[in-house]
Amino acid sequence: MGVGGSNRRGGGARRSRLKGGAAPDTGAHLANGKPTGAAGGQEGSLIFTIPSDLEQGHHVQRQILQAAQANGFHGESFFALRIALEEALMNAIKHGNRLDPLKKVHIEARVAPGKVEIIVEDEGAGFDRNAVPDPTSQENLAKTSGRGILLIESYMNKVKWDRGGRRLRMIREDKPTEKN
Amino acid sequence: MADSNPPVSVTQQKDIRIVEFTNNRILDEANIAEIGQTLSALIKERNNPKLLLDFSSVDHLSSAALGMLISANNDIREANGQLRLAHIKPQIFEVFRITKLDKLFKIHPGRAEALASFLA
Repeated sequence: MGVGGSNRRGGGARRSRLKGGAAPDTGAHLANGKPTGAAGGQEGSLIFTIPSDLEQGHHVQRQILQAAQANGFHGESFFALRIALEEALMNAIKHGNRLDPLKKVHIEARVAPGKVEIIVEDEGAGFDRNAVPDPTSQENLAKTSGRGILLIESYMNKVKWDRGGRRLRMIREDKPTEKN
Repeated sequence: MADSNPPVSVTQQKDIRIVEFTNNRILDEANIAEIGQTLSALIKERNNPKLLLDFSSVDHLSSAALGMLISANNDIREANGQLRLAHIKPQIFEVFRITKLDKLFKIHPGRAEALASFLA
């Protein structure tokens, strides 16, 4: 496991270490480019492969959110990112991989000032986005599940499902703000 | 792992149980399950249960938390009870609005309005 990027800069490169042998496959590397953003953030990618474990999903989530905060995501944009990320990871772990410990979830987050792109891929059976019932229709309103995709699509600017629904790519762009 | 502190505190005003979330995030699976169990027990403890959920401390929740709230709402309807939600912050209310759950739940701005809305 090494740092993938050659131009790692001090202090900002985030390497994630997950307990239980779930160290990220390539660690984190910085993208080429200016290391500082509007909020003193640092551009870079965070890459993880984790087993289908909710606790490890939250660990990944915390690291990506920290990187986003360092890149000007606060307030509304931070809230949006957090909710979409929570739903995307839980979807992959619980519904995609069905908590199968042998299946992995692959996550990549590209973080830059005011822009976060996240890719989450599971090893499950996939799903057809168009076949997912509308949770806001009257007959589904009292159902206790099925709202994660709606929240992801509502809170991110661009969302794309591919590889048969196993891979989600989502982007949130905002003007970077200072922490209030 | 759930926090050692209980995720809700429960008080009572007349025959209304007031449930306050003690954690600012309703996210963690174990936490959600524990809240669900507490609500379920409160709903079962009497006929026509009346429950007020105070969201004043809640900054974040997930679709799993919404599922738990809907489940409580379904249980309370079955028990001919009443459920009210109050003090939901604007960002959290937006989640209810997007999911159209603002139409399913009876939501009030403050605790006083919510308490006053219970039918005898």
